[in-house]
Order: sequence, then structure tokens, then C-alpha cells
Amino acid sequence: MFDITVFFPRAVAQGIPLLFGSTGETLTEKAGNLNLGIPGIMYVGGISGVIGAFLYEQNTSNFNPFLAVLIPFLASLAGSLIMGLIYSFLTITLRANQNVTGLALTTFGVGIGNFFGGSLIKLTGAEVPNISLSATSICFRKNLPFADKFGVFGNMFLKYGFLAYLAIIIALCVSYFLNRTQTGLHLRAVGENPSTADAAGINVTRYKYIATCIGSMIAGLGGLYYVMDYANGIWSNDGFGDRGWLAIALVIFTVWRPTLGILSSILFGGLYILYLYIPSGMNLSLKELYKMIPYVFTVVVLVISSVKNRRENQPPESLGLSFFREDR
Amino acid sequence: MTDKKIAVKMRDISKSFGPVMANDKVWLDIYKGEILALLGENGSGKTTLMNILSGIYCPDEGHIYINDEEVSIRSPKEAFEYGIGMIHQHYKLVEVLTAAENIILGVKQPGKLDIQAVCERTRQLCSDYGFELDPMQKVYDMSVSQKQTVEILKALYRGADILILDEPTAVLTPQETEKLFTILRNMRDSGKAIVIITHKMNEVEELSDRVAILRQGRFVGDMLTSMTNAQEMTNMLVGHPVSLSIDRPDPVDPKPRIEVNGLTVRNEEGVLKLEDVSFTAYSGEILGIAGISGSGQKELLEAIAGLQPTESGSISYINDDGSKEELIGKDPLSIANMGVTLSFVPEDRLGMGLVGNMDISANMMLRSFRSGRSAFLNRKDPRRLAERVVEELEVVTPSVATPVRKLSGGNIQKILVGREISSAPKVLLTAYAVRGLDTNSSYTIYDLINKQKMNGVAVIYVGEDLDVLLELSDRILVLCDGKVSGIVEGRKAEKNSIGLMMTKLGGTG
Repeated sequence: MFDITVFFPRAVAQGIPLLFGSTGETLTEKAGNLNLGIPGIMYVGGISGVIGAFLYEQNTSNFNPFLAVLIPFLASLAGSLIMGLIYSFLTITLRANQNVTGLALTTFGVGIGNFFGGSLIKLTGAEVPNISLSATSICFRKNLPFADKFGVFGNMFLKYGFLAYLAIIIALCVSYFLNRTQTGLHLRAVGENPSTADAAGINVTRYKYIATCIGSMIAGLGGLYYVMDYANGIWSNDGFGDRGWLAIALVIFTVWRPTLGILSSILFGGLYILYLYIPSGMNLSLKELYKMIPYVFTVVVLVISSVKNRRENQPPESLGLSFFREDR
Repeated sequence: MTDKKIAVKMRDISKSFGPVMANDKVWLDIYKGEILALLGENGSGKTTLMNILSGIYCPDEGHIYINDEEVSIRSPKEAFEYGIGMIHQHYKLVEVLTAAENIILGVKQPGKLDIQAVCERTRQLCSDYGFELDPMQKVYDMSVSQKQTVEILKALYRGADILILDEPTAVLTPQETEKLFTILRNMRDSGKAIVIITHKMNEVEELSDRVAILRQGRFVGDMLTSMTNAQEMTNMLVGHPVSLSIDRPDPVDPKPRIEVNGLTVRNEEGVLKLEDVSFTAYSGEILGIAGISGSGQKELLEAIAGLQPTESGSISYINDDGSKEELIGKDPLSIANMGVTLSFVPEDRLGMGLVGNMDISANMMLRSFRSGRSAFLNRKDPRRLAERVVEELEVVTPSVATPVRKLSGGNIQKILVGREISSAPKVLLTAYAVRGLDTNSSYTIYDLINKQKMNGVAVIYVGEDLDVLLELSDRILVLCDGKVSGIVEGRKAEKNSIGLMMTKLGGTG
């Protein structure tokens, strides 16, 4: 029956990509950029890591675990950085509409991912339509050697790959950065009221660019975690699903607070797989209904949170708007 | 004056916006330990001059000396470095941040953000000068005067020695104004140079040590406040009347049309904008409304048009047969259907009345779409009207299909005014109809207004230019701080007496 010690680690594993995505998006949105390209960016982050790992596995004779982690990691960061730069250039420099640009970038990212994914599958000549990078995945999933000694506690909290802990550390760092540093204060001012920030001598364009690019890179790691850790190094096209959209929903759900994101992402991860644990017998159509739970939950929370209208819980005031200095 | 040290010298400053000379070889001296009042009518270039000093505009020519050293100020940041802080009319604050966070914004300081230290210094500044402020309060929770305090503290925190305040009292209650003046005097006594931009004569007399007067972008003169009086300043402010000749046909068959009785209006912040205003507007005459900007003109027109909630009083529309209809409580649409039209030209011309992204003929349609009989829009008539307005008012536009947003301000205005006038109203309310227009188009508009008057329309004309008001209006109602300061005959009125009535109730003393 339902066993929390089994359920919890699975919920966490589901939640970590969402946490990466929502932390990255929060940082981006705090600079006033609504980046709806996050699903595409996470997808590209995943496939870039796969390409890196694939090339390394194919071309090396003596397999070095350290390089096997480092190369996909850097490849993933580079891939999502390029996506972030495209978005920034279009919306900040050319002042294109953020929603349209973001949606286009999602379509573009998924297309790019499937294109390279398909090509690599062709290259391996495998029978099944996926790429298996088990050697790399093992390195990513390596957990603390003493985890088993702690019994249930070890199973629940210590048996994750390093990317899971990195996600939590990044979320805490972003939260600290936003609320406790001068640069974070400037960033929030840029997202709230860019012309005020500009008048105070803050370089609005630079802040927006950097926040968007770093946000994209963080989100891209979510894709990497999904392939290398959650999916055991097996890439199959469209396997990433709708996690990117859930990450964006999570940003609103956590009222732009990365620390809240840590718990909420695990909650969302749990809701995402809850249908597996709800007894529905042989009735498969019922199971499909249960899959709606996280989305219904999001809608309900959005309704509740918009009724409770606290000023601090509102999105950054100029979210989604381009900044023209001449407009002042 | 000789023992005072000079803080800023501005010499031969010129700045033009397109064909308009906002500043024309202006000289200005600002001394330390002195409050300078910069006085001038609207559009006389006061704010432009101060924006140049605070780095928002670059002057076309001229020199600025700070502490006897020539400088060029290219951005607000550089102005801060020279110790110049400007408090704008529209505050630049981030609403969800606290006062302290707003104050520290953009200030370079080493290491980690120590908000406690910022609060501490802010409290210190508060007690030095007599402000009352909680540094941890969020800006959105603040009253207008508290927000102003934050703005002033922002400048002081950066170490400003030269403080410029652009119409600081426009949004304050008398008590808050009194408090602000005390603080400004404290600052002066501690050796700071303070400039306030104003056009309220009583404030100049009460607060300033010296007064400098600008007129139409030119420097008229400066003198010690103690050596002058309101009469002399008004003379300098208004200058010699520019010779204008606008037709003023005699009113045709004047009948009472709009009767306002004891009208009192408060704005959203609860500030009293109109107090016990009563007057009657007749058909076939132009009732001019004079007053310093922000004296309640906007609220008065909007109240008549049904856009402004009123606190007390009545506004009646009087039909030809003498029967009265109350306008308060009616919605703007039914008031408009009775023939009351409002063409108000606010600071942002697009804000009210026109849709920037729609083309000229579609904007014409905004008035007429309800009158169509079929399910489809009648596009022909609005287009014809658009073409007529474009031709008659000489609107510069590629075609009537151009989005209004792309036209220049003056042209946008012509379209707005042209549309309102063409709707054949019974009552025409118009404010600042010629703001920003060149002389030629201004006269076209005056002619149009006169034509309406000849057709028996009751025109209420709010204007900035006293000379024009005097030439155009049959009667002039002078507003002072939301109260009726007096109603004078346009043909007999004198400019100076109206100028005095604008600044002092009743114009005496």
C-alpha cells in the first residue's frame, strides 16, 4: 500500500526539474521579463547535455567519471544560455513582444531537441527510439556512500544525485540574492519600475540581460536532471512532457519566492505521480482523470491567491513590458 | 547678498524642442543657504531649465558652473555627483519596496546590503531636518506627502547640496505644506541651496529669499523677495500683452444653459478640488475659465460631463423651454446624448478621448458608432468627417488611415478638438484646446469655437493664456484653489486684476 518512504523520493525526483525551472523563471521575472520559453529552454538544456555526454562516451577510451559529469553539465549550460540570449536579444534589444517570443522559443526549443534527439538515435542505429547513456547517468546518480547507514532517513533525504542538492542550493542562493543584496534590490527595482531604476543610475538593459540568461541556464539544468538522473540517461523524443509549463505555474504558485519553491516543487512532484497511487482498479479512464490533479490544484490555488490580494504577492509591476527610456 | 556663496551659475542656457524655444539664453544664479523661487507661467520654461540642471535634458547651448567650475551634466547620475537632487512632480519610487530600500536604490556601497544601517542614517537625516518617516514602511502604504518625504530623503542621502523641488505643494494639504516649508527653512539654515518651482504668489512671499522670473523661455529678472511685492511680480510674470486680435462677436440670444450650484468635489486622495462653485453658463456665449493649473478646472469640466463623482451641489441643464434637468447622477453617455461634449486636452493627449493605435477615421467613429441603424458600422461618414477635419485644421498626416499615435502632439490635438466641435453640441467643454499648437492652428481653433458660439452653443473654455482668454471670452470665471475667485466681464476685464484673482481669493490685498 501507500508507503511514504517510497512515495517521497519519487515526488522529489519529479519535483527537482520543476524547481530548477521555477527558480530560473523567478529570477527572470524579477527583472520584468516573462519568459514563456522556459519549456523549450529546459528541453534544449536536456538535449545539449545528451549531446555532450554522447560525444564523450563515443570518443573516449578511458572513461573519466569527473569529465563525464562536467562535459554534459557545461554543454547543458551553454545550450540554455544560447536560448536565453536569443530571448534577451529579441525582447530587450529589439523590444519584441515577450509572450510571442517566449511561445516561439518553446516551439523552437522542442523542435531543436527532437531534431538532435532523432539524429543521435539514427547515429546509434538502435532498435528502440531512444538513446541510452547509462555510463554517464551512473555518474550523475552517484549518491553519498554512507546514505544506506541512516536507514529510512538516508533513503528519504540522502539518496539523490548531486543535481538535486544543487537545485535546492541554487534556490536558496537566488532567494538570498534577491532579498538580501544590493544587486538583488536593483534587480527587483528593474522589474517593478524600470524608469525609476534608470533614473537611479541602474543599467536596466544589463540587469535584464544577465537575469534572463542566468535564469535560462538554471532552468536548463532542470532538463539535464530529467535526462541524466530521473530518466536514467535515456533520452526519448518528447519524453520531457509538460514539466516546463508546470515550472511556470509553480512561479505564480510560490508568489515569486524561490524558498517556497523548494517545498512546492516537491508537492507538485507528488501530485504529478499521485495517480499511480490512487487505487482505480482496471478503470484506465479514471487514471487519466487523476492525472489532472496538479493542474486542477494550480487553478484552485490561483483562484485563492488572487482573492487574497496582498501587494507583496503580486507579479513584478512591469512584468512583460519592454523598457523604452524615451517613454519617461 | 555679497556674503552669500554662489552654488550654481547658469549662463546663456538655450533649449528648444522642435520649433519651440523652451529656454532662450537664460541666466540663473543659485546661492548657498538661500531659497530661490523660480516663478513663471505654464510653459515659461521653468521645469525645462531645472531638468537641464538635473541632467535629464542636455542644453543646446550655454554654460553651467558649479562652485565656479564649469561642468557638463549629462545624466541624473552625474547630477547627483555634483550634489544636485531634483524632486519631480511625479515621484519616481518603487511601490512595493520600503522607504529605506527606495532610498538606497542605485547608491554604490561596498559589501552586503545593510538595510539596518540605511534605516539608521535615514532616521538621523529625519531628526536633523524634522521629517517624520518610518524607513521600513512600504511606499504603497504612504500618503502623497510621505512619498515626497522619501524623494527628498533620497536626494539628501546621496549628499545633495542643491535641492530642486518642482511644484512641491501642488498635491499637499495646507498643513503638510506648512511642515514642508519648515523643513526647507531648516535645510537652508544648514547651508543648502534650494530652488522651488512654483506659480503660487503667496508661497513665494512666505518662503523664498529670492525670486527669479521666467517668461516665455526668457529670463526676466531676479530680486530679493523682501524688496518686491505680488503686484510687481505679477507684472513681470505676465509681461506686456502680446497683441492678438481674436474676433469676439456679441453673444447671440443668451439663455441660461448650464447652472452650477454649490459644487464641491474631492479627488481620490480626498483633497478638496472644488469648493462651493456656483455659476451659470449661457447659450451663445463663451465662458472663459482662468486659474493656475490644478485649481480645479479639470474636475469642474469632468463633473459637468459626468466623469467625476461630486460631493455636494447641483449641476442643471436648462432646456430651451426653461425646464431643468439635473446632471449629477446621470452617466456620461446620457449626458453626452443631451448634447454636452467634453474635449479635454490632458498632459498626455492620448490619455482621454483618442485611441492611439486606431486611425483617424476610426477615432471619429468613437463618437458616432452608436447612431448607426444597421448591424454594421457606418464607415463612410466618419471617413468623410476625418477628411474634413484634416483639411480644415491642416492636420499633417499621410492619410486618414494613419494611426493617431504616429502623429505629432499638435496634430493629435487638432483631431480631438475637431471631432468634438463637429459633433454639433449644445454645450462645448474644452480645456487647453490650443496647448502646444502654433499660432496659426490656434487661430483656426478660436474661429471654430466662435462659430459654435454663433450657433448658440454654450462654450466653457478653460485656457492657460490669459491674453487669449481676455480676447475670446464673454465672461471670465477665475478659479483660485478650487473656489470661485470672481466672475468678470471679458470686455472690461484687466489682465493684472485677473492675475491677482488667480493667486488670491477675490484678488484684493
